[in-house]
Amino acid sequence: MLHTVNKSPFEKNSLETCLRLIDESSSILLIEDGVYGALKNTSVSDSVINAQKTTKIYVLGPDLKARGLDKSSLISNIEIIDYKGFVNLTIENEKIQNWL
Amino acid sequence: MEEELESGVVKKFLYINRRAPHGTVYAHEALEVVLIGAAFEQDVSLAFIDDGVFQLKKDQDTSEINTKNFSKIFSALEMYDVEKLYVEKESLESRGLTEDDLSVDVKVIDSSEMKKLITDSEVIFNF
Repeated sequence: MLHTVNKSPFEKNSLETCLRLIDESSSILLIEDGVYGALKNTSVSDSVINAQKTTKIYVLGPDLKARGLDKSSLISNIEIIDYKGFVNLTIENEKIQNWL
Repeated sequence: MEEELESGVVKKFLYINRRAPHGTVYAHEALEVVLIGAAFEQDVSLAFIDDGVFQLKKDQDTSEINTKNFSKIFSALEMYDVEKLYVEKESLESRGLTEDDLSVDVKVIDSSEMKKLITDSEVIFNF
């Protein structure tokens, strides 16, 4: 299952709840203000790194770029994808859960 | 309010920005209101707390999300005599940011200094 998170982890607990409730075969895509969850050295980065043990995490490039962020700002092994990659993820995954 | 403005009363205005840019309209709308306050020649200060610090992140490029890149307005605020920008240190740190990540000159202050700034202000707008 693909899980999308579009809220800042510093403002809402959407990412935290997502990480707590997803199963191991899931992937997470961070979009819009959700991309802040991919930043390294933050108050939530440890829990994201911990989730990477079982879960593949993606982040939407255009939303990163809009916020002045790039690969150098991110936790390692988070994959940056473009809109085409987003479409591919929605095709590969039978179900999508949006954590608003 | 109108009489005060006409008589040239200057008050300490503080705009508190606590939202990230782009995901919602708050940050952009706040800037519009800041410029109005500046046009009335008030004593304007801006505070960036919580996710508001992300508004000042340098190198923002909204070309791929088709929205206006209003972050460029921050570097033009000086022309409107808006020069007092305060960023809370604790908010920067919990988001993995430093002063070097910011696009404009700001004063980084800690929570106790921020508390004083808020206390000393006469008119406060929250976004």
